[in-house]
Amino acid sequence: MITTAAAPRRTAQTAAARRPLIERWLATIFLAPTVLGMALFTFLPIIGSLVLAFFRWDIISAPQFVGFANFASLAQDPTVRVSFLNTIVFVVVAVTLQLGIALGLASMLQPRMPSWLRVFLRSTFFFPLVLSAASVSIFMRYMFNEQFGVVNWLLSLIGIPAVPWLTSPVASAAVVVLVYVWQNFGFSFLLFLGALTNIPKELHEAANLDGATGWKQFSNVTLPLISPTVLVASVMAIISALQVFDQPYVLTNGGPGDSTRTAVMVIFESAFQQLEFGEASAIGLVLTVLILAVTALQFRLSRRFVFYQ
Amino acid sequence: MSSQTLHTGTGKTSGSTTGTPTAPKPYRHRRLPAAGTVGRYTALAVAAALTLGPVLWTLSTSLRTPSESFNLPPSFLPINPDFTAYQEVFKQINVGLLVLNSALVTGLIALGQMASATLAGYAFARLDFRGKNAIFSLVLATMMVPVQVTIVPVFMLIRGMGLSDTLLALILPAIPTAFGTFLMRQYFLGLPNDFAEAASLDGAGPWRIFRSVYVPLAVPGMAIVGILAFNFHWNEFFRPLILTISEQNFTLPLGLVTLQGNLGTGSISVVLAGVILSMLPALVVFIFGQRTLREGLTAGASK
Repeated sequence: MITTAAAPRRTAQTAAARRPLIERWLATIFLAPTVLGMALFTFLPIIGSLVLAFFRWDIISAPQFVGFANFASLAQDPTVRVSFLNTIVFVVVAVTLQLGIALGLASMLQPRMPSWLRVFLRSTFFFPLVLSAASVSIFMRYMFNEQFGVVNWLLSLIGIPAVPWLTSPVASAAVVVLVYVWQNFGFSFLLFLGALTNIPKELHEAANLDGATGWKQFSNVTLPLISPTVLVASVMAIISALQVFDQPYVLTNGGPGDSTRTAVMVIFESAFQQLEFGEASAIGLVLTVLILAVTALQFRLSRRFVFYQ
Repeated sequence: MSSQTLHTGTGKTSGSTTGTPTAPKPYRHRRLPAAGTVGRYTALAVAAALTLGPVLWTLSTSLRTPSESFNLPPSFLPINPDFTAYQEVFKQINVGLLVLNSALVTGLIALGQMASATLAGYAFARLDFRGKNAIFSLVLATMMVPVQVTIVPVFMLIRGMGLSDTLLALILPAIPTAFGTFLMRQYFLGLPNDFAEAASLDGAGPWRIFRSVYVPLAVPGMAIVGILAFNFHWNEFFRPLILTISEQNFTLPLGLVTLQGNLGTGSISVVLAGVILSMLPALVVFIFGQRTLREGLTAGASK
């Protein structure tokens, strides 16, 4: 990888001439832990996944080459189909909510607000990010319990009858989305807050003079100025939502039926519960292609809609 | 996400986290209606209540006696806080061992990431070698690969290395960090070159320059890498679920989920007491490392 072939042998060994050689050795040593680690734990596994996707293997018996059979069976397996559909619906709903809530709240924090209040609100919205998705899902599971959950109790106060949050297909999907958004909107919020803080005040003042206020100012001045951040925030939100696992696993374990089963849950189940490592690898590859495609599409769209200063 | 799009100085990362604006010349919307202000504060108050509410409710439920924990209407403020749920947690799961495992795994990953990312980041920022850009692009590309895609081969690799069901199985694969390397590279690029030149004139070699000049200056950057690693891996669930099998190797999030299995015998407050216990270290990191954590989280995004 890093060769020293270019180093001239037996030239005048001044300190200046020796330095690049030493630097190359130093670079090799410095990079070794990271590069070797990645080769072993990322690149080798990617190749492994690519190969494994064409085999049927349960770890115990010898792997058996099956060609595209794993991919073909994916297309026919209703659970896999439903899980991908669930994942896509989840991504669309959760990311829209996450970005909408984050942008709304970030633009409500005005510079005129007392600074202690700004700091308090910023910390509050950011706080769920430091919690583990597993523990959040555990306590949310109790809050959304049909009989003794606090959510239904609160709803009963305003006369809404008990909702079977975790046992009906639509409601359980909604709970997974809500819990996920609750925990993650703070990340987009921080990004938007940073972008909004960086807008020069003069621009808003000038827009004010031209008579643009409120929504007009937001859509014509603020939004174009933060559009690069909106792009980055949406790419990151989509990539992470496509990989959702902890919340549905702990909240509903994919059920009722397959209503909250996501793509990653199916990878986990087919590999580590059904011992179908080839099929799991094939699902993983499809998911990766999906992630790469979405990212590429977003950057392509962004050329038309994102405004760089 | 090619390497070109990621070229930003550290200046930009700090810009996104400008702390508290000390109100220099606030701009004013003309004729801002009072109703708008009221609406805005109401919305913010509701959002803050919805964000903190579940955590506070969890805390208050954990302080009720197990028999009270199912009561509705719930008493939001436990008048006589009761710690039996916490005692029960210690009886039902081996909290000490779980904390020790989590601390060991998280701590070693954080240290390993700080060390390896500092070395690699320095090489990419300040050393001269062939194929630098190509290798850097490869390193960054690993950020795009979801952990679920590599988990099956990683699982088999770990088996092949004889590390099945050990804590090392969790630690080793998590040490090489693309994001940390990227952060440290940006950090070193942001440091001035003059120090190196001065040290070089004094006869210091590349190693001395790194060790004595740049490492001390890089400590804040290393702290960001360490705190981010801590926050992420302390809370990690997916990899431990797959890579550990026996309970003696579980980390806290896994232990909590097994605690949940005890619902049949009893009480929400015990489960929630466990949840609160597991949050404490994250809370400490949040309180003391908030700024660092925020900068780290947003640094990668301000491309």
